[in-house]
Parts: sequence; structure tokens; C-alpha cells
Amino acid sequence: MSAPPVPRRPLPGLGVLREIGHLFALAVSVLRLIFKRPFQWREFVEQFWFIASVTILPAMLVTIPFGAVIALQVGSLIEQFGAQSFSGGASVLVIIQQASPLIVSLLISGVAGSAICADLASRTTREELDAMRVMGVSPVQRLVVPRVLAVMLVGVLLNGLVSVVGILGGYFFNIVMQNGTPGAYVASFSALAQLPDLYISEFKALIFGFIAGVVAAYRGLNPKGGPKGVGDVVNQSVVFTFLILFFVNMVLTAVYLQLVPPKGL
Amino acid sequence: MGVEVVVEGLTKSFGRQNIWQDVTLTLPRGEVSVMLGPSGTGKTVFLKSIVGLVRPEQGHVFIDGVDMVNSRERDVYEARKLFGLMFQDGALFGSLSLFDNVAFPLREHTRKKETEIRRVVMERLELVGLAGAEKKLPGEISGGMRKRVGLARALVLDPQIILCDEPDSGLDPVRTSYLSQLLIDINAEIDATMLIVTHNLDIAATVPDNMGMLFRRNLVTFGPREVLLTSQEPVVEQFLTARRAGPIGMSEEKDQATLDLEAAHGIIAGPATERTIVPQLAPTPGLPERQAVRRRRERVQGMLHDLPPAARRAVEASLREQDAPTLAAPRVVRGAAT
Ligand SMILES: Nc1ncnc2c1ncn2[C@@H]1O[C@H](COP(=O)(O)OP(=O)(O)OP(=O)(O)O)[C@@H](O)[C@H]1O
Ligand SMILES: [Mg+2]
Repeated sequence: MSAPPVPRRPLPGLGVLREIGHLFALAVSVLRLIFKRPFQWREFVEQFWFIASVTILPAMLVTIPFGAVIALQVGSLIEQFGAQSFSGGASVLVIIQQASPLIVSLLISGVAGSAICADLASRTTREELDAMRVMGVSPVQRLVVPRVLAVMLVGVLLNGLVSVVGILGGYFFNIVMQNGTPGAYVASFSALAQLPDLYISEFKALIFGFIAGVVAAYRGLNPKGGPKGVGDVVNQSVVFTFLILFFVNMVLTAVYLQLVPPKGL
Repeated sequence: MGVEVVVEGLTKSFGRQNIWQDVTLTLPRGEVSVMLGPSGTGKTVFLKSIVGLVRPEQGHVFIDGVDMVNSRERDVYEARKLFGLMFQDGALFGSLSLFDNVAFPLREHTRKKETEIRRVVMERLELVGLAGAEKKLPGEISGGMRKRVGLARALVLDPQIILCDEPDSGLDPVRTSYLSQLLIDINAEIDATMLIVTHNLDIAATVPDNMGMLFRRNLVTFGPREVLLTSQEPVVEQFLTARRAGPIGMSEEKDQATLDLEAAHGIIAGPATERTIVPQLAPTPGLPERQAVRRRRERVQGMLHDLPPAARRAVEASLREQDAPTLAAPRVVRGAAT
């Protein structure tokens, strides 16, 4: 009975790198398995329905005050420049380009991500996923892919919803509170905004959905130790997703502003 | 038609904790094997390594030419279709009814029609005594019932290798005897290779063809049941007689202080007691004979000279008994009724 070889202490920082590596590996296998038949329609629809139902109302409720704040702030700023006629269009731009992705990422990581993470983590601790693997069924294909796609679709729809609500809210505030005219609002809007603004916004939502889904799933698939671990990973997943999404948002915005010239006047 | 499982030099650690090392054994085709071992010695981890759920650092597990430890993921997934694994806690899908749980592998891997699925599933649920509960959710039944559903699900595809993690835990003694009989009957019907992990001495004594034991990060022995049942090894003795005296402590190993204290209280390992070997269970009358019995006889006869004398005598006695089935039959019935 010889003593087992004692593994050497791993280098500090190596663990983080390994985690990131595994996260990317999961992202790649999700992308690959999206195209694997049979697609889990049922799971997809159920998840989509669930995620949409828990995010739509909060999204609208957050957007209305958010839109109001932006409209008021932008309005008073622009008034100092003496360009009131542009205040409507400017605040709408801010909502579509910045507020909307922000609200979407907030809801997707906080509401959808935590739900997915908690669900997968408790299934993992109950060994449901191991049972699936033993039966030759890949949990990534069966459970993770439909969830990631559902979050992406919800993200895109939410983004549309937030934009619409934001524009309506901005219109209301501009006309009612700031004594703007409907004509100026629409005119300034079409002077400042362009279609690519909407595209990038939807594109961001799509990417956010993917990232939030994959990170939540990754944390959910690897909980450490029992029910307490489930709470921990949900927590981590939300914070982690937040950080990543804000960072990605910054990068995408910077790239977009470089690539697509502002419409100008 | 069972498949041979060859385990070679398997070593597994979690971080700095070594679970077991250099485990080498072969589960012969179609035979029933039992793995014993005190709680926490890594029996569950061993089962999971065989199906490739846990990746040992060293060694191989060969199934039909596929190495479950080192092969590509796709091959491992393919090979897993040969398996049925009954988890220690059932591992049922919490959101699906018992019926859907058992039907899951069928819907996933076969093109059977829903009526056909219904027939197979109900048959399996009946086998484990749960017909009538099929609409319940796993959260609405007892632990022992969950395990039995887990067994039904593991059996539904007629697997060639069946692994059971403590099938008896959470079951009453009567159900445990029925379960022993059920496992033997299944083996007779589909000739699957089976590995049962258990602490239960009744199952250990009456069900397996082969037995092994894990203790202190090592495989103590693995071989024909007679070898372990007659073994003079202190660990095996202590385990099979369920005594406190011996090397197994409450924590895995006893230290000298505990041993001294026990000696002061008169708990000392006495001389080896003669243990009787009860005959193995036979399939329920009416079922086909177990094909593994014939194969095992040839195999064991070939290795007779390498066995320790006590084991050899026991093997010879049991072979004689098999030759005189009229003698064996009534005993078996009694064995089944215990
Ligand atoms: N995922 C894991 N991570 C870290 N350690 C683990 C993990 N799984 C098991 N272990 C450790 O491996 C050892 C063996 O566990 P295992 O569940 O295999 O025991 P067992 O023999 O099945 O016990 P029992 O008879 O009580 O079920 C334990 O010490 C446990 O702490
Ligand atoms: Mg166990």
C-alpha cells in the first residue's frame, strides 16, 4: 500500500484561467449543438414563455421612469444650448442606444439568468444531469441550448419593447412636460436617428442573451457542494454576467461609434 | 447479451484527496458482481468512473473496445447506450411524472409508438411494484420508491451492463429480498453484466457470482464469491460479520489509540470464525437458466489452482451442488424466503 502521489499545489491564477477556458468550451459546444437534430422545441417554447413572462412587466416598469429621467435630463441640458427642438430626438437616441441594452442586460442577467442558473444547479445537485449523461443524452443539447436560444429571443424582443416604450415615454414627456411640439419631436428624431442605431441595439441584445444564457448555464452546471452551492452559484452568475455585459456593451458601443458615422446635421 | 467490463489501473483523486488507486478488475460477461466497502470508500465514485461521469487521472475502463476514461466524448456517449445505472438517490427528473421518467430513455433512443412505450413502461413499473403510482411526481413518493423507479428506468432499454448503487438502501428487509430475486431474474432474462454496490450482507451473500471490496484507497480483493466469503483478511472478516473489532473504524481508519481503548474494553478481533456460505439465489422457476452460470463454471475451474485452499474447497462444493440440482433447489427456495 504505497502512499498516493501528493498532487502539487497549483499555481495561483491558474484556476481562473481554467474556468474561463471551460466557459468558452461550453459556449462553443452550445453553438455547435444548436444545429444538432432533434431540436428541443418543447423545452425552447416552455423556457421562452417562462422567461418572457417574468421579464416583460419589470422591463416596462423600469423603462418608463428611466425614459422620463433621460428625457428630463437631456431636455434641460439641451435647453441650455438653445437647441430645444432636438431634445426629443436626442433622448430617444440615448434610450435606444444605451438605456435599452442596459435595461435588457439588467433583466436578462438578474431575472432570466438567475432562474436558469438556479434551475440547472439544483438539477445538477440532484444528479439529474448525470442521469441524462448516462442515458446517452447530452444535457447541453437537451437543456442548455434551448435556454440560451430562449434568452436570446427574449432579449431581442425585450429590446424592441423597451425601445417602443421608451420612445412613447419620451414623446409623452417632451410634449406634456417640456412643451415640445409633436412635429419637432418627429422631425428631430428623423434628423438624428438612423436605422443602424436600431440594428446595433438589437444585435447587442442578441449577444447579451447569448452571454447571459451561457454564463448562467455554466455556473448552474458546476455548483460546488449541495444546496448551499446552488445559492452561491446563482449569486455569482448574476454578478458575473452583469460585469461581462457592461464590459461588452462598452466595447460594442465604442466599435459602433467608430464604424458607423453619426448622421450629423 | 452482456458485455465484459475491463478496469485497468484506475486511480482517482479529488484535489489532494486520493479516493482509490490502481484498481484493476474484470467484470465477466453476463455475471453478477458485488462491490463491498465501508461508507465513504469511493464505491459511488467507482461506478461513476465506469460510465465516464467521473474522469480518473490514471487507468482505463474498456467496454467493447471503448475506453470510457480517455476516449472522445462522442464515443463515450455512444458506449453509454449499453448501460443502465441506478443512482444511489434515484436521480429522477423532478419535473417529470414517474411514467415520463421511465419512458425517457425509450422516447430518446427508440422510435417506439406511444402505445408500445406505455406497455413497456407499465411492465417495468409493475416489476418494481409501483404500478398505479405512475402519475405521481418524484417529490411525492418515498425514498425507497424513488430508488425502485430509478431501477425501472435503468432497465427500460434492456441494457447490457447494469450498475446498481446500493439498491437496498432505503428499502425494508422484505423488499430487499424481493429486489435480490429481481436482480437475479433480470440477469437470467437478459444476461446482462451487473455490478451492485452495497453494504447489505444478505445481498452480498446470496446474489453475486463475484465479489470485491474497496478499503483504504485500495481494492482489497476481487474474484469469485467464494474467495471473499472465505477470506481471512481482517477487513473482510470484520465487514462480513459486522463487528466493531477490526481495522474499520467510525472514521475510515482506526488509530492506535482507538485500538488500545477497544482492547481495554474487551473489543478485540477474536480467532477467525468459520463462516458458512449460503447458496446463490436461482432464477424464479419458469424463467430461463442463467447462461452466466455455465460460463462462470468454466472460468472458475480454470483458475481453481490459483485460489486459496479454503476458497477452492468452497468452489468445489458449490460446483458439486450445481451438478445435483435436486439437492440445490429446495435450499434455494429457503434462501429466497429469508
Ligand atoms: N464531486 C466530488 N468532489 C470532491 N470529493 C468527492 C466528490 N464525490 C465524492 N467525493 C469524495 O469521495 C469519497 C468517496 O465518496 P463516495 O460517494 O464514492 O463514497 P461511497 O463509497 O459511495 O459511500 P456510501 O457507501 O456512503 O455511499 C468521499 O470522501 C467524498 O468526500
Ligand atoms: Mg455511495
